[in-house]
Amino acid sequence: MPDIVFRTEDITKVYDTGDVKVHALDGVDLQLYSGELTVLLGPSGSGKSTLLNILGGLDHATDGHVWFRQTELTDMTNRELTKYRRDHVGFVFQFYNLVPSLTARENVQLVTDVAHDPMSAAEALGLVGLDHRMDHFPSEMSGGEQQRVAIARAIAKRPDILLCDEPTGALDSSTGIQVLEVLQSINDRFGTTTVVITHNAEIRRMAHRVIYFRDGKISETQVNDHRLAPSEIKW
Amino acid sequence: MQAIDRKLLRDFKRLWVQALAIALVLACGVTILLTSLGMYQALTETRAAYYERNRFADVFAETRRAPISLMQEIADIDGVLTAEARVSGTAILDLPERPRTATGRILSLPEAHAPVLNIPLLRWGRLPDPNATDEVMVNEPFALANGFEYGDQFSANLNGQKRTLTVVGAALSPEFIYTIGPGALMPDNEYYGILWMSERTVAAAFDMTGAFNGVTLALATGSTEKDVIDRLDDILEPYGGLGAYGRDLHLSDSFIDAEISQLRGMAMVLPPIFFGISAFLVSMVMGRIIALERSEIGLLKAVGYSNTEVCLHYLMLAGLIAVLGICIGWAMGTWLARGMALQYAQFFDFPFVIFRLSYWVYAAAGLAALLTTTLGAMRSALAAAWLAPAIAMQPPTPPRFKRSWLDRMMTALRLSQPTIMILRSFFRWPGRSFLTCLGLSLAVASVIASLFVSDALDEIIETAFFQTNRQDAIVIFTDDLPETALTEVLALPGVLKAEPQQYHTAILRNGYLSKRVAIEARPPNTDLSRVMSADDVVISAPPGGILLSERLADQLDARPGDVIDAEFLTGRRETLALPVTGLVEQHFGLGAYVDLNYINAQFRQIPQMSVANISLDSARLPDLHLALKELPKLSGLVEMNENREAFQETIQQNVAVMNTVYITIAILITIGVAYNGARIQLSERARELASLRILGFGRGEVSYILVGETMFLTLLAQPLGWLIGAYIARLMTNAFSSDLYAIPLVLELDTFALASLIVLTVAFASAMVVRRRLDRLDLVSVMKTRE
Ligand SMILES: Nc1ncnc2c1ncn2[C@@H]1O[C@H](COP(=O)(O)OP(=O)(O)O)[C@@H](O)[C@H]1O
Ligand SMILES: [Mg+2]
Repeated sequence: MPDIVFRTEDITKVYDTGDVKVHALDGVDLQLYSGELTVLLGPSGSGKSTLLNILGGLDHATDGHVWFRQTELTDMTNRELTKYRRDHVGFVFQFYNLVPSLTARENVQLVTDVAHDPMSAAEALGLVGLDHRMDHFPSEMSGGEQQRVAIARAIAKRPDILLCDEPTGALDSSTGIQVLEVLQSINDRFGTTTVVITHNAEIRRMAHRVIYFRDGKISETQVNDHRLAPSEIKW
Repeated sequence: MQAIDRKLLRDFKRLWVQALAIALVLACGVTILLTSLGMYQALTETRAAYYERNRFADVFAETRRAPISLMQEIADIDGVLTAEARVSGTAILDLPERPRTATGRILSLPEAHAPVLNIPLLRWGRLPDPNATDEVMVNEPFALANGFEYGDQFSANLNGQKRTLTVVGAALSPEFIYTIGPGALMPDNEYYGILWMSERTVAAAFDMTGAFNGVTLALATGSTEKDVIDRLDDILEPYGGLGAYGRDLHLSDSFIDAEISQLRGMAMVLPPIFFGISAFLVSMVMGRIIALERSEIGLLKAVGYSNTEVCLHYLMLAGLIAVLGICIGWAMGTWLARGMALQYAQFFDFPFVIFRLSYWVYAAAGLAALLTTTLGAMRSALAAAWLAPAIAMQPPTPPRFKRSWLDRMMTALRLSQPTIMILRSFFRWPGRSFLTCLGLSLAVASVIASLFVSDALDEIIETAFFQTNRQDAIVIFTDDLPETALTEVLALPGVLKAEPQQYHTAILRNGYLSKRVAIEARPPNTDLSRVMSADDVVISAPPGGILLSERLADQLDARPGDVIDAEFLTGRRETLALPVTGLVEQHFGLGAYVDLNYINAQFRQIPQMSVANISLDSARLPDLHLALKELPKLSGLVEMNENREAFQETIQQNVAVMNTVYITIAILITIGVAYNGARIQLSERARELASLRILGFGRGEVSYILVGETMFLTLLAQPLGWLIGAYIARLMTNAFSSDLYAIPLVLELDTFALASLIVLTVAFASAMVVRRRLDRLDLVSVMKTRE
């Protein structure tokens, strides 16, 4: 049995928008294991991003507990959460969120500047196959390339966990597959615990484990006995 | 360099036009603060040092003729440190190669010892030999204007004795930093000079051997000036004392004082306005940047940048704008201060100027600018810091436009869709709209506040020269003469008409308020020199009544009908109770007028005059001057034309400089506000405008929305600008008003129109520059980008 990286206990998240209260998470109990690549699958609005943000220390749960290894995230102050993100978490977002005024290399440096024991920006970009485009600005790159820069940025700090929110959501299928390949190779090579959110059911086939999400709750968990390589996935 | 700093620099580079527009407004604040504070400091310090080194006296008194033995009693007054007696007089000078007569103020230099008070600072040559009766030391500006060198000669009519004097030196004196002759409005170094001569010579010439007619005192620290003045007045009274006074009434010092307080006013009023506008602009631009960079802020936080680091990142962007503004401001301020110092050198005769803009002035101006900019950016930077990272990653919820009575009204008015868009955005951001209007209205106000001065000066000249002082010249006598001498004046070449006038030094009292003034006594219904009320009616004082200038009446809190006491320091030194019979509109000095015949009767004297106002046949002016040079008992001739022209010339030059500065300021403010406003609208509306274009709206219609909103706000700013401008103009007339002069509040329609025209044009141009970006708007990419 591998180590448990994340453990949550009955977490809820309620958004108070004034008129109505939205229960984005409605009691989530979950465990994520070290080195696993987990796919979080569910329809839009089911609370996947909310959960990922809480795991990544971007947001607070309304109720319940979250542990990262031995430390409880739900007790942390904002300052401690910042340090937690800085030291342990790599994020990849649907819209890449690159800083348009910085080149690929500089976007990665944004992270390596503050990380504890980072690899060099060039090395990180090499890992995603972008050695040749390091000094290009985001506006000069395709969506897939931009997302790979975002991945390079996320892995450059050698994070313990890699949290990806719809990493292929804005990409066509062939580019999306390239991105998934990068993610899988990182997971293989460094054993980085990886969570990939998607509403694309096909992607589940590359995971060690698939967690189905519906209406702010886990509806089902499933372990893949037979994983497919991203190149074998089609949508 | 860290990646985040690189982002900072690239963002700054991308925003450079907007940044520059703000920086220039900020620079105005820094410039003015630097200049006014620097000049204030320079003038105060220079004056203090000069007074200290050359022992400028604290108390001054003139008297008709007092025995020298009185000096012991004066020196023994409690609180007097040093007392120095002197003899002074005036003389008509005949300068080589000058057709007109010049006037000299003659001062005696003590014989037994070097002067101990108001010590003349020798600039070249030497002091006159105590035994030589024809040697003279002149004030340096007079020497300079006339090209005098050691040994040059000119002749002077000393109390009726024509003498040839030899220049042996030139000096400056703390008493004559601002040197202005009797009756003149501006310094005239060619025709008015200070002449220092040996005591023996002056005393002999003015019949003062063993006597003095002027005394100056230095006071011990801790003594009360008023007590000393009272005591001195008592001592001098039997000898025709004309009332002692302190530095506050000393002509030269009060001119410097007026300048210093103007600088102080400028340093306090103007910079805060500029800093306020820049803070607003910074907050507007930073607010927009942070709205646009929500996802970048979220990202920075997600990867582990702390709230403080994010806050600092945005503060530093504002900081760069501030640094740019401060550097420009420092450069412009240094340059302007130097220009101003040169201008001062033209009016004020200092032997040295302690002019170093000290580091603390630079530091203070820079700090003030940095602080206000930071303050302006603070709200946005804090908002960025507090933005929850998870929220920052999501697109902002679109502003909620709710259908209100306003929309129904706009629909009812059948306004076009673009017009509705303009109006809706106006009401959507009322705070921002208001501040934008306020900024633009301050630009309008700035123009009004400077342009009105020209009209005010025209009014001053009109009243002073064309309405009231219509004489061509004033003949000033050394002593009061019998009025019968008027026939001799009339007999002078070119004189067409002559009217007598008397001057009396007196202290006017109303209750506890009092003021030492020169009362003018004149016959009723004079034709040449007249006085007028505020509604332009010629008035004269009835026998037994007194007319006061409006400002004097204010100072004495006297109104028509009130009876005030006039304590005459001349003649029989009587105190007369005089009812105020009217108020006189007057911009120079603090005039008071009584009836000449009444005064003659009260003083029980044969009719006398101190000056004669004359009208002239200008063709015979040279002959007149020739004749005057030979005339005894004459101390000067003031030609009104020369006087007016000197005044106009100097003032017009200053007004031109002032207008340039203020209009530049107004333009910079307008650009700063209008350009940034339009840029922000464009940024907020890029999608909206692109959608309209895609829907088939023409370029003109879309431009109309952008330019229309700017112009709408600019138009709204006009009435507010007029109001603020009028108010500032009013404040300025109050600030400029001193005992010496006052500027009337004259607000012509043209002033308002021109101010509005300038601001509207510049705002339009600024919006049009931004409009050009609309043409470059890439419709597809705008629609594609996620915001
Ligand atoms: N900041 C927010 N304020 C209000 N409601 C929110 C906010 N973020 C998410 N929600 C709501 O919470 C629910 C879950 O959202 P999310 O976690 O983004 O779903 P998913 O990522 O699965 O599409 C949705 O109904 C969404 O509208
Ligand atoms: Mg989502």
